[in-house]
Amino acid sequence: MTLFIQQLFNGVALGGVYCLAAIGLTLVFGVLRIPNLAHGSLYMLGAYVTYFFLTTVGVPYVAAIGIAALILFVLGVLLERLVFHPLRNSPHTHHMIAAIGAMFFFQAVAQAIWGADFRRMETPISGSLRILGAEISAQRIVIIVTAVVVLSLLTWFIKRSIHGQTIEAIEQDRTGSALVGINPAMVSMLTLGLSALLVTIAAGLVSPINLLSPTMGDSLNLKVFAIIILGGLGSLPGAIVGSFALAIAETMTSTYISSAVGEAVAFIVLVAVLAIKPTGLFAKAVQR
Amino acid sequence: MNALKNPRILGTLAVLLIIALTPVAFGDENYIMRVITVGLCSAIAVYGMNIILGFTGQLSLAQGGFFGIGAYTVGLLTTDFDWSFWQAFLVGVVGTSAIGYLFGLIALRTKDEYFAIFTMAIGFIIYLTISRWESVTHAHSGVNNVKFPEAGDLIDFSNPTAMFYLVFIILLACVYVTYAIRRSSVGRTLLTIRTSEDLADAIGVNVGLSKQLAFAASAFFGGIGGGLYASVVGFIGPDAATVDKTFEFLMFILVGGMGTVAGPLVGTMIVTFLFELFQDFQAYRFIVLGPIIIALVIFAPRGVVGYLGGFIDKRARKRRIGSARKDGSTPAGTPSSADAAGHRGAPADTITTTEEKK
Amino acid sequence: MTLLEIRGLGKRFGGLDAVKNVDLDVQEGQITAVIGPNGAGKSTLFNLIHGFYRPTAGTVSFNGRDITHSSPHNSVNGGIARTFQTTHLFDDSTLLENVLAGRIVRSKSNVFDAIFHTPRHRRESALNQDKALEALDFCGVAEFRHDLASNVPQEVQKRTAVAMALATEPELILLDEPAGGIPEEETTDFGNLIRSLPGRGVSVLLVEHKMSMIMGLADTILVLDHGQKLAIGSPAEIQSNPDVIRAYLGSTKDEEN
Repeated sequence: MTLFIQQLFNGVALGGVYCLAAIGLTLVFGVLRIPNLAHGSLYMLGAYVTYFFLTTVGVPYVAAIGIAALILFVLGVLLERLVFHPLRNSPHTHHMIAAIGAMFFFQAVAQAIWGADFRRMETPISGSLRILGAEISAQRIVIIVTAVVVLSLLTWFIKRSIHGQTIEAIEQDRTGSALVGINPAMVSMLTLGLSALLVTIAAGLVSPINLLSPTMGDSLNLKVFAIIILGGLGSLPGAIVGSFALAIAETMTSTYISSAVGEAVAFIVLVAVLAIKPTGLFAKAVQR
Repeated sequence: MNALKNPRILGTLAVLLIIALTPVAFGDENYIMRVITVGLCSAIAVYGMNIILGFTGQLSLAQGGFFGIGAYTVGLLTTDFDWSFWQAFLVGVVGTSAIGYLFGLIALRTKDEYFAIFTMAIGFIIYLTISRWESVTHAHSGVNNVKFPEAGDLIDFSNPTAMFYLVFIILLACVYVTYAIRRSSVGRTLLTIRTSEDLADAIGVNVGLSKQLAFAASAFFGGIGGGLYASVVGFIGPDAATVDKTFEFLMFILVGGMGTVAGPLVGTMIVTFLFELFQDFQAYRFIVLGPIIIALVIFAPRGVVGYLGGFIDKRARKRRIGSARKDGSTPAGTPSSADAAGHRGAPADTITTTEEKK
Repeated sequence: MTLLEIRGLGKRFGGLDAVKNVDLDVQEGQITAVIGPNGAGKSTLFNLIHGFYRPTAGTVSFNGRDITHSSPHNSVNGGIARTFQTTHLFDDSTLLENVLAGRIVRSKSNVFDAIFHTPRHRRESALNQDKALEALDFCGVAEFRHDLASNVPQEVQKRTAVAMALATEPELILLDEPAGGIPEEETTDFGNLIRSLPGRGVSVLLVEHKMSMIMGLADTILVLDHGQKLAIGSPAEIQSNPDVIRAYLGSTKDEEN
C-alpha cells in the first residue's frame, strides 16, 4: 500500500511535467495546425539553459528556471517566425520536415556546448515528506505545486487576457478570427513562445530528478504526442487528463511489471488509440 | 527508341552511368568505395521513402526503423545463427515488408500529422526493441562480422568493387521499379492520394488499401537497403535504426526531389558527399545541416531533380499544347479559350486543389 | 427500369435533420433533378447516396444491390460517379492526366504488370489513354488536354470534371451544380452536354440552381425543402404545384442573387 501511494505521488508529479509539456504542444497544434516535432528538443534546450544558469552562472534555482523560460520563449518566437511562418501555405509534410531539421539543429547545438555525456543537475531542494507512510521527495511536491499554479495561471491567461482570448479564438476558428481583426501571425508567434516557455518550466522542474543529455527530449517528444493524440489534438482539457493518465499508467507499469514496459506504455497507448480511432480518442467526432 | 529522346530518362541514365564508373576512378581506394556503397544502400531505402512520401504524400518516420530491421535480421542470422547471407537477406526483406504491411493496417486509417506521429512511434518502438533487447540484439555491443554474400568461387564479395556492383545492380532495379510505378496506374493512384484523399476516394480509389500497400512497399525497400548495408559495413549497432537515420533519408530525398525517379539517388549522392566534407565534425554536422534542411524546405522544396524535371515538363507541355491546338481534334461548337495557357500555375510538386476543405 | 432506389433516407447532424425521410427513384436513361432552396439538403443527399456520409436512416440501393453503407470508392466501382459543387480537379496535372485518374478504378493491372511491362499492362495503358481522350472529346475539351487544370477557364474545368467522372464508366452520374459558376451564355452548351449523357448509357441525377436549365433538361424533378420531399414529378407538374411555387419558385429571383 505504501509503495502504491508512493508511486501514485510519483505518477502525479510526472503527470505535472507531462502536462506542462503537452499543453504547449496542443496549443501550438490548435493555433498553427502543425504538430511541432521539435517540441522535445525545446524541452531539452530548456533543461540545459536552466542547468547553465544554475550551475555555471550560479543564480538561484527559481531564477534559473525563470531566465531559461524567457530565453526559450524568445527562441520559440524565432522558431515560428523563421521556420513555420514561411511554410504556412506549404503542404503539411513540409512543416514536419522543417521541424525535424530544427530538432536536429538544437540537439547538435546542445551537444557542441555541453557534450554528449549525461549531466546531473544538483537538487537545490532536498529533503522529503512523509505522507500516509510514503516518502515523497520535496522536489516532486514542488513539481506538483508548480504545475497546478502554472496551469491555473495559464487558464486565467487564456480566459481573461486579450492575448489569451485571441489564442482561444484562433484555436476555434482561424478564418473567423482573422475577420474580426485578430492578427494570426502575432498569435502564432506568441503561442509557440508560450509553448517553449511552458516546456522549459517542465524541464527545469524535472531535471534534478533525471539526467540531462542532448537526446533527452526524444522520448518525451513521443510521449507528449501520445498524450495530445489521446486527448484530441488541440484540446486543453484533453491534454491535462491525458498527461496524468499516461504518467500514472507509466509509473504503475514500471513498478508492478517492468521498467521496459513502463517506457513502452506511451507508444502502446498511441498505437492502440490510433488503431481504434484514427483521429484521437476525444477528438470531436467528424461527421461522416 | 523513343525513350532516349526524353531528357528525364537521359539524365537519369547519365547519373547511373557516372555512378557505375566510380570503381574505375576509385577502385583502389577502399574507403571511398565503401562510402559510396553505403550511400547506395541508403539510396535504396530512400526509394522506399519516395513511394510513401514522394508519391503518396504521407510523411513516414519509420524508415530508419525498417532499415534497422533489415540490417539486424541479416546481421544476427548470419552471425549468431550462421545462416548464409542470401537466406538471411531473403528473410530480412520479407520480414520487414510483413511488418510494414501489419503496421500499415493501422497506418491506413490515419492521415497527415496522425500518420507522421504514428510512424514516428513505430520507428521509436523498433529502435527501443533493438537497443534494449540485449539477449537477442546484443544492444549496444552491436553485431560483428556480418557475412558477405556468398557466390561460390565466382565472385569474391569481400572485394569492395564486387560489393559495389552488387548493391548497384539492386539499386538499378529499384530505380526501374520506381520508374515503372510512376508511369503506371499504380503511380497515378498514389499521386491522386497525395493531392487529395477526398477526391481520390470520389473517383474510386481505395485510399486506405493503397496507403497500406505503399507503406509496405516503403518497408520492403528499407529492408533491402538495411540488409545490404549490414553486409557492406560488416558491423552494425543500434544507430542503424535510429530516428537520425530516418532524418538522413529525409534529407537525401529532399535534396534530390520528392516524387521523382532520379531524386533519391541524386540527393543521396550529393548529401553523402557533404557528410564526408563535414565528417571531422560528425556530431556537429547538424548545426549546419539542420538549417540547410529548413532552408531547402522553405526555398527549394522540389529538390534538384524536381526543378530540372519541372523545367523539362514546362517546355514539353508548351510544345504539346501547340500541336494539340493545331490538330483541330476538338469537336465543333466548343468555345475555345486559347489564352488559357498563358499563365503558369503552381509548380508541379506543390500540392493544391481547387477543392474546399470539408 | 429503376436504377437507383432511395427509401426513407435520413441524416441527422447533431440534433438537426439535414435530410429526412426522402424517397426517390432514378429511372435508367433519364435525367432526374433535385432542386430546393439553399440549405434544403441537396448536397447532403448526394453525399449520402455516394457514401461520403453515413445515413442515419433509410436505404439506398443501386441496380437492386444495397449500397446504403458502401464507401465512395465502392460506389464508383459499382457504377456511380459524381462531380462536386466546387470543382475538384488535380490542379497541377494536365487535363488528360486528370481524366486518366478516373481510369484508375477500371484498371486491373498491378505493380508487377507495370514492372514487367506485361501485355495486360500495355493493353490497359492504351485502353486508358483511348478512353480518357474519348471522354475529353465527348465533353468538348480535348484541345486543352495538355494544359494544366489550374490554367484553364472555369467552364473547361467543369467539363473536365464531367469527363473524369465519365472515365470511370458509370451507369449513373451525380452532378452537383454542374453549371455553377459558368457564364449564363454558356449554360445552354453545358445543358446539351448533360442531355447527351443518357445517349451513352449514363443516367443523370443532378442538383442545379439554374431553373431555366433544369426545366428544359430534367425528366423528373424532386423538390426538397428543409431536408424533406416537397414534391416530385415532371417539370410541368412541378411548375404548377402550388406548394413548390410558394416555397421555391416564388423566391427564385432572390436565390439566384
